[in-house]
Amino acid sequence: MDVRDIIKEENLVYRKSPLLLDKVFSYCPGCGHGTVHRLIMEVIEELGIQSETIGVAPVGCSVLAYEFINVDFLQAPHGRAPAVATGVKRVLPDKYVFTYQGDGDLAAIGTSETIHACNRGEHITIIFINNGIYGMTGGQMAPTTLPGMVSSTSPYGRNVESMGNPIRITELVAQLPGTYYVTRQAVHKPANVRRAKKAILKAFENQKLKRGLSFVEIVSNCNSGWKMTPVQANKWLEENMLAYYPLGDIKVDGELVKK
Amino acid sequence: MSRELRLMKGNEAIAEAAIRAGADAYFGYPITPQSEVLEYLMTEKPEGRTGMVVLQAESELGAINMVFGAASVGKRVMTSSSSPGISLFQEGLSYISGAELPCLIVNVVRGGPGLGTIQPSQADYFQATKGGGHGDYHLLVLAPASVQEMCDFVPLGFQLAFRYRNPVMILTDGLIGQMMEKVELFDQQPRATEFDQSWVATGKTADRQRNVITSLDLDPAHMEKHNHDLIEKYRKMQAEVRCEEFLTADAEYLLVAYGSSARVCQKTVQLAREKGLKVGLLRPITLYPYPSKVLNDLAGQVKGMLSVEMNAGQMVEDVRLSVNGKVPVEHFGRLGGMVHSPNEVLAALEQKIVNR
Repeated sequence: MDVRDIIKEENLVYRKSPLLLDKVFSYCPGCGHGTVHRLIMEVIEELGIQSETIGVAPVGCSVLAYEFINVDFLQAPHGRAPAVATGVKRVLPDKYVFTYQGDGDLAAIGTSETIHACNRGEHITIIFINNGIYGMTGGQMAPTTLPGMVSSTSPYGRNVESMGNPIRITELVAQLPGTYYVTRQAVHKPANVRRAKKAILKAFENQKLKRGLSFVEIVSNCNSGWKMTPVQANKWLEENMLAYYPLGDIKVDGELVKK
Repeated sequence: MSRELRLMKGNEAIAEAAIRAGADAYFGYPITPQSEVLEYLMTEKPEGRTGMVVLQAESELGAINMVFGAASVGKRVMTSSSSPGISLFQEGLSYISGAELPCLIVNVVRGGPGLGTIQPSQADYFQATKGGGHGDYHLLVLAPASVQEMCDFVPLGFQLAFRYRNPVMILTDGLIGQMMEKVELFDQQPRATEFDQSWVATGKTADRQRNVITSLDLDPAHMEKHNHDLIEKYRKMQAEVRCEEFLTADAEYLLVAYGSSARVCQKTVQLAREKGLKVGLLRPITLYPYPSKVLNDLAGQVKGMLSVEMNAGQMVEDVRLSVNGKVPVEHFGRLGGMVHSPNEVLAALEQKIVNR
C-alpha cells in the first residue's frame, strides 16, 4: 500500500474548512483565536450559510479576523460590534449575523452596546473571547483580569480594592430576558474544543428561531500577554481562569440552567 | 400634478421626507431640539407604510454604529441628533468616512460648549465641515434655510451619499427644527436604491470575493494611498457646490450667512436698501464643499463682507480663505442660543464694514 492508496476521500479524518483562507494567522502560537476561527468556519460550512453570513469584529487581536476567513465582514469601532450587528440584522433579518469580540472590547468599552443588544433580544450570535487581558495592545489589565493577576497596567497584581473585581458579564447577560442561549466554553483541550463547537453550532442555529440573542463565551489563553509558554498558559487557565469563570451552559432555550 | 401641502415643524418634515425618500432605516436617540424626528417616525409606523425600520438606540454611540451596520449592507439609512449627541457620533463618523459608507446624518444644532443650551445655534460649523472626528476626512454638508429645504434635502442627501459613498450631514439648527412652515411634500419614492452594489457585505456568494468593510490598513503605504483616494473624492465633490445669491448683482457690500442666519440677513438686505446701502446676501447651501469661487468672484465687486453666524466666528475663516485678502471680511453673530435681529446685523455691517 503506498501513499496514494491512503490519500482517499473515505480515509479522510480531518481537513481544513475551505472557509478558512490560506493566510497565516497573525495570532501567537498557542493562542485560542485560531481554534475558535476554525470552529466558526466549520459551523458556517456545515450549515451551508456562507452566502447568508455577515461577521462583525471590532478592535482587538481579532481586528484582522477578515484576513483569515472567507465571509463578508465588517470591522467595527472598539466595543461597538453589537450595535453594528443590530444595524445589519434589523435591515436583513433573515441573514446570519455574528460578532467576535474580546473581553476588553465586550465587557469594558462596549458594555453598553453588549447589554442593550442582549436586552433587546437581537437575533444575533455573540462570540466572546475572554483571555483576561488586553492582548493586542500588549498585555494591559482587562475588566476580566483575575484578582492579583499581573499585567502591564497592574504590575503588582490586580488590587480589587482600587481596581475593582473582574466582571462575569456572561452571567450578567444571562439575566436579561432578551438572551436565549448563554454558555461558557473553552478550547484548551480537545474535549473542550468539541463542546465549544457544539455550542457555536447551536448559537448559529438559534438565529433561525428568532427568539433572542445567543452568547458564547470562550475562556481562552493569552500566553504572550500572560508571559507564559502555551503549555504553561493552558495549565494556568485551567487552574485559575476556570475557577473564576466556570464552564458550562448558563441559559438554554431561554431558561436559566439550575445548578 | 399638485403636491401635498402641509404645515409642519422642520423636524417633522425631515422625518416625513425620510419615509417618502425610501429610507430603509432610521436609528436615533432622543435629544432636544430634535426629538420630534424619532417621535414622528415612531408615531407614523413607517414599517407598515414602506417597510422602513425605526429603532431607538441605547445612546448616540449605539445609533451611529447601527447606521454603520445598515450602511455596510447597502441600505439607505439615516440618524439625527443635536450638538452634544453629534459629538458622540464623531467616532462612528470617522469610521464611516474611512470605510466610505453612504448615510445621512441630521444635526439640529443647539448652543454649546458642553450641555450648553437647547436654544438654536450655529456653533457646530467647524465640527461639521472640518471632519469632526479623528483623521483626514470630510462630510458633505447641506445647510437648509427653510422647512421646505429640510424636506427636500433628505432625498438630495441620500442621492449625494450614494454618489460619493460618503456620509452627508444636514446641518440645521433648533430654530428651523422647531419652526412651522408650509411645506410641499414630494411623492413617495420606492425603497430600492440604484447604485453599484459590488462592495456591499450582504453575504459572500460564489460569484465574488468576500467583501470587507473596514477603515483599517496597517500598511502605511496602502493607508497613504487610501488617504489620497479620499482627497481625490473630496476634490470631485467640489462639483456639488450649491449657493443662493440674493440681490448681489449691484451689491457694494455682502452678507454671507447660511441657515437661520441667512433668513435674518434677507431682511437686513431689505432694510439696508431702504437706507440706500447696496447690500447683497450670499447663502452657502453646501458648507462642504464651500462656494469659494463664487465668493472670490464677488470679492472683485464688493467693498467688504460680513459673515453673519450664530457663533463666535467659524465660517468667517472659510470666507476669508475664499476672498484671500481682496476685501475686508468681518464676523458678527449672537451666541449662546440668542438669534440676531435684522437691525443688529445692519448696525454691525455699518460699524464693522461700511464705516470702518
